[in-house]
Amino acid sequence: MEPGMEAVLKVRGLRVEFETNDGRVEAVKGIDLDVMPGETVAIVGESGSGKSQTTMAIMGLLASNGKASGSALYRGREMLGLPDRALNGIRGEKITMIFQEPMTSLDPLYRIGAQLAEPLRFHRGLSKAAARPRIVELLRLVGIPEPERRIDAYPHELSGGQRQRVMIAMALACDPDVLIADEPTTALDVTVQAQILELLASLQQRLGMAIVFITHDLGIVQRFADRVYVMRRGEVVESGPTAALFARPEHPYTRMLLAAEPEGTKPAPPADAKELMAGDDVKVIFRIGGGLFSAAHEIRAVDGVSVHLREGQTIGIVGESGSGKSTLGRALLRLLPSEGRIAYLGRPLDPDPAAMRPLRSELQLVFQDPFGSLSPRMTIGRIITEGLLIHRPGLSARERDRLAGEALAEVGLEPAMRNRYPHEFSGGQRQRIAIARAMILKPRVIVLDEPTSALDRSVQKQVVELLRELQARHGLSYLFISHDLAVVRAVSDYIIVMKSGRIVEEGPTEAIFDRPQQAYTRTLMAAALDTKRFREAAE
Amino acid sequence: MLIYTLRRLASAVPTVFVIITLTFFMIRMAPGGPFDLERPIDPLIMANLNRAYNLDAPLWSQYLTYLSNLLHGDLGPSFTKRDFSVNDLFAVGLPVSILLGSLALLVAVVLGTILGAWAAIRQNSGVDYAVVGLATFGITTPNFVVAPLLSLLFGVVLGWLPAGGWSNANPAYWVLPIVTLALPQVAVIARLVRGSTIEALRSNHVRTARAYGLPTRVVVGVHALRAAMLPAVSYLGPTAAGLLTGSVVVETIFGIPGIGRYFVQGALGRDYTLVMGTVVVIAIFVIFFNLVVDLVYAWLDPRVRYD
Repeated sequence: MEPGMEAVLKVRGLRVEFETNDGRVEAVKGIDLDVMPGETVAIVGESGSGKSQTTMAIMGLLASNGKASGSALYRGREMLGLPDRALNGIRGEKITMIFQEPMTSLDPLYRIGAQLAEPLRFHRGLSKAAARPRIVELLRLVGIPEPERRIDAYPHELSGGQRQRVMIAMALACDPDVLIADEPTTALDVTVQAQILELLASLQQRLGMAIVFITHDLGIVQRFADRVYVMRRGEVVESGPTAALFARPEHPYTRMLLAAEPEGTKPAPPADAKELMAGDDVKVIFRIGGGLFSAAHEIRAVDGVSVHLREGQTIGIVGESGSGKSTLGRALLRLLPSEGRIAYLGRPLDPDPAAMRPLRSELQLVFQDPFGSLSPRMTIGRIITEGLLIHRPGLSARERDRLAGEALAEVGLEPAMRNRYPHEFSGGQRQRIAIARAMILKPRVIVLDEPTSALDRSVQKQVVELLRELQARHGLSYLFISHDLAVVRAVSDYIIVMKSGRIVEEGPTEAIFDRPQQAYTRTLMAAALDTKRFREAAE
Repeated sequence: MLIYTLRRLASAVPTVFVIITLTFFMIRMAPGGPFDLERPIDPLIMANLNRAYNLDAPLWSQYLTYLSNLLHGDLGPSFTKRDFSVNDLFAVGLPVSILLGSLALLVAVVLGTILGAWAAIRQNSGVDYAVVGLATFGITTPNFVVAPLLSLLFGVVLGWLPAGGWSNANPAYWVLPIVTLALPQVAVIARLVRGSTIEALRSNHVRTARAYGLPTRVVVGVHALRAAMLPAVSYLGPTAAGLLTGSVVVETIFGIPGIGRYFVQGALGRDYTLVMGTVVVIAIFVIFFNLVVDLVYAWLDPRVRYD
């Protein structure tokens, strides 16, 4: 921040309150924020820190029960409390925004050209026809191939990355002074993420707008931002130039965030460790459609993959969305019909659900979504012990209760919590509960399907440590499915890289990370682990 | 899309055929016949009547005759309304029912959408409560209560409109029946549109529209309402068919020569051809409007495409 320069966006004492059934909730507690022309400011924080609500308040987009107070000046003009009509002269023209959810941020019912034309029509008074060449130019600018043709596409005909590019085009339509990017890449695959961030960095250099970048990802901040504001529970706990803040974090919370990057490695199990699970040439083929008038369409979600999991081993399966990694995990547990040979302890697994049932206690699964995978109407105790009703029907209610308490203690929760309901727990606690539900059945193999993806980094680290601990204590074997290479590196001793249903590359973790052989693996690594500044990459 | 439409129309033929067949035999299974009176008729006269109307032939032969007549567009003679064929009755009644029904439908869609959207935009305000209250009233109050009350108030007490009766030429006669028919539909559509508009207003793409400084009329009218119309459109298919084929209650209370009452009269009087005719007409309307709904749906929502 250069002294003497006038901030394009100046926020003072901003408060955001929500009127809820449980009383008044203060989401933002009086923060100050300055954005200079042309600079990139990152607002970093974990979920619930108030980082998104800060920008929503500035843009007048708070939910109807929300109220903002304080001051937010755009070039000296107060934005808070402006009626929509007056605010519309600024938002969409001077200050624009792109959102976290590229899949739903565009109206599914209109062609992208029509949606891109709207800001130009209402802020610049262009007719639809007059806006068209400008829109084609914008689409070309954000790297949409064949813009003359794509301008007439509907959002559902574009991929997530392309939709986010369209959103960026919309944000640039009226040459804004400030572009607010609210977790713009969180919902995207790592390689796409890198492309979008590079695009933003290069556009900023060419067009000179300021960017306010909201994220939970410190890796991105380091590569992208000039200055950082660290937010926690509605307050800015620390701010400063990026390099200085990363080199000398002062606030304990900032230090904690920086230390929350997953670390450590896992040694391989002894060479003579017994093979628990083996899948050979596994194929999962979905047939879609097919009727009197049309041929069936075939999707090979998993196409000839072999996996051998040994006792005490953790195999990390990485790949982007659609690579077939989750499908493979489910097929190995016989939760999906598949072709090929799948064996557990040397015996082939019977695809018949009844024959599989006795083995299910030893082969467990933990899901990604800690919010959707626990029944909201059951207590934690009942959720955890439900499996016991089937696998150990002889147990009395009292014994089940005792085991539930033990399982909770095992995953680091209070045994007394077993009488509470899932909504009373945070995301990290819920994932512990899901792990406890698997552990109570004394499994030998656990398929972990993106178990940390929905969690904040600091919580992620705790869950990873818990998983390591349980593995050491009980000699568990994990199949760890994730798109997050940093986490996979910390927990796995063997890595399988998947793309389009096939294995691209596999090997011990160190070898894969240090000497990736395939171009695709290298792209993945670069996108996830590079520390080079995007601006340099864009040049 | 054209191929889809043609295929749907082609698949309607067997559907109608099955409906006709089932109805034909079911109504014949009901005890009694068209000429049963409270006092028994002379058996000789009865036999003559049955012969005149071909009722003495075996059932399957009657069925084939009916089908063949139907293919020529002949719905047969009415059994109870002497000297009238079902075609004659419908030629007079159907236009009246369609006129009333389509106007009621128009009122219901326009008013229901406006009220529903208005309530959604002003959620939890006086307007919202008023619309929701009105809608509950409209849904819960049966039309045999609404019709006489309207007739009494506007026809008798105030004398603004005819209390009953019908004229094809004078729209004053149309008003009260249309209001009676439209009221419950206004209520249902208002509720549907209100609910889906509230949801649409909270959706991410509406947030985008607001963040880009679009005027409120565009945010609501262009981006929220189109998505919000979808559930109402699904509801409108069967509703349109029901409205356009007349209502026995409204026609009876206001004395309107529509076709709604024929269904009840035909069924009670064992007027086989009249019942069949009504069923055929209603079946065709239902199938037609369901097709229209699907096409409108695809037009509103580009993600839905049939082919």
